[in-house]
Amino acid sequence: MLVLDKKTFEEEVLNSDGFTLVDYYSDGCEPCKALMPDVEDLAEAYGDQVKFCKLNTTGARRLAISQRVMGLPAILLYKDGEKVDECTKDDATKAEIEAMINKHI
Amino acid sequence: MNQQYDVVIIGAGPAGLSAGLYAARSRMSVLILEKEKKGGQIVTTDEVANYPGSIREATGPSLIARMVEQCDEFGAEIKMKTVVDLDLKSKMKKVILDDDTVVEAKSVIIATGAEPRKLGVDGEKELTGKGISYCATCDADFFTDLEVYCIGGGDTAVEEAIYLTKFASKVTIVHRRDELRAAKSIQEKAFKNDKIEFIWDSVVEEVNGDGIVEQMVLRNKKTGEKQVIDAPEDVGTFGIFVFVGYIPNTELLDGHIKLSPRKYIEACTKMKTDVPGVFAAGDVRDKDLRQVVTATADGAIAATQAEHYISNTEF
Repeated sequence: MLVLDKKTFEEEVLNSDGFTLVDYYSDGCEPCKALMPDVEDLAEAYGDQVKFCKLNTTGARRLAISQRVMGLPAILLYKDGEKVDECTKDDATKAEIEAMINKHI
Repeated sequence: MNQQYDVVIIGAGPAGLSAGLYAARSRMSVLILEKEKKGGQIVTTDEVANYPGSIREATGPSLIARMVEQCDEFGAEIKMKTVVDLDLKSKMKKVILDDDTVVEAKSVIIATGAEPRKLGVDGEKELTGKGISYCATCDADFFTDLEVYCIGGGDTAVEEAIYLTKFASKVTIVHRRDELRAAKSIQEKAFKNDKIEFIWDSVVEEVNGDGIVEQMVLRNKKTGEKQVIDAPEDVGTFGIFVFVGYIPNTELLDGHIKLSPRKYIEACTKMKTDVPGVFAAGDVRDKDLRQVVTATADGAIAATQAEHYISNTEF
């Protein structure tokens, strides 16, 4: 998965064509750490159709809020730089994320 | 072929891990099943101040990591699987997993815990993760220099309110009664904290906002008066952290074992449920004090009782 930061987010997500998925997590978010291997599995399976990225919101708080992310874990799906769907909190499970991907691609 | 174990433990929080440690140490074959994340609710806690011995590296995750390591060392197996059905009636009990695997066990220990209760108001679901949170350690950072409201008056609500003052510009505790239910020592800390204010006798009626929390409506339970809290114009939002108690994870068990009116498992002080060979441990059990220390104690007792049961039963 591509590791994003404040500097690369715009280019890799907002100015990117096709589907981009961003896993928002933080240092203090244990549910995020538990979910990450599942997202990595999905990256293996869908990596040729969706660009999988992750963003540590610790130190990128304003960027996350600009994307209306104020709770973790949050998995957002973008198409051509526009957010099309998301799975947040209780909905951020492997099955729900996979369903979200299949709904759009 | 079905997998067989002496003991299957459902839930890998402090109760389940302690049961696993004790059961594996007494040479039983042990499988611990966890559907979400190891550690249960305690992993969202940043400081476990009251578990004996936890004065160093006392974060929830580090405490759980050490419990998992101990379980591993004694040979308990942990699988990240969701239980979808149970057959507890027969002597060899069956635990059915989400990948259709059937696990057979001589004894089952239920340590499924509880989860935070929701407010149950309009706007809550849509705005969860958009200003409404149930996990301070997950989300506190987003509310740096913003105002935050903590709903609830128990230990968790007041402790988390104190934690949130490290981030937020102001924290207001909204409680439905006119006094807190939290332990006195915790209350004192809150009353001394300049950043904490209180709104008494009030409950949340609704939360509004377009993609982000912008407004909360409270109702005073004594006067019936409504109070509308709007986000300050310059920042446009505020935080709502909800700590209004817990609901037990017992949906799967209804009809299988005896539950209390509030749906907790009724088990005796030996952790026995009304079904022979089935034990309960931790927050899921109907009891007065739900803490890591009582969860681990329950787990240890449940495991030793499971061993008694197995050695005194013919399979």
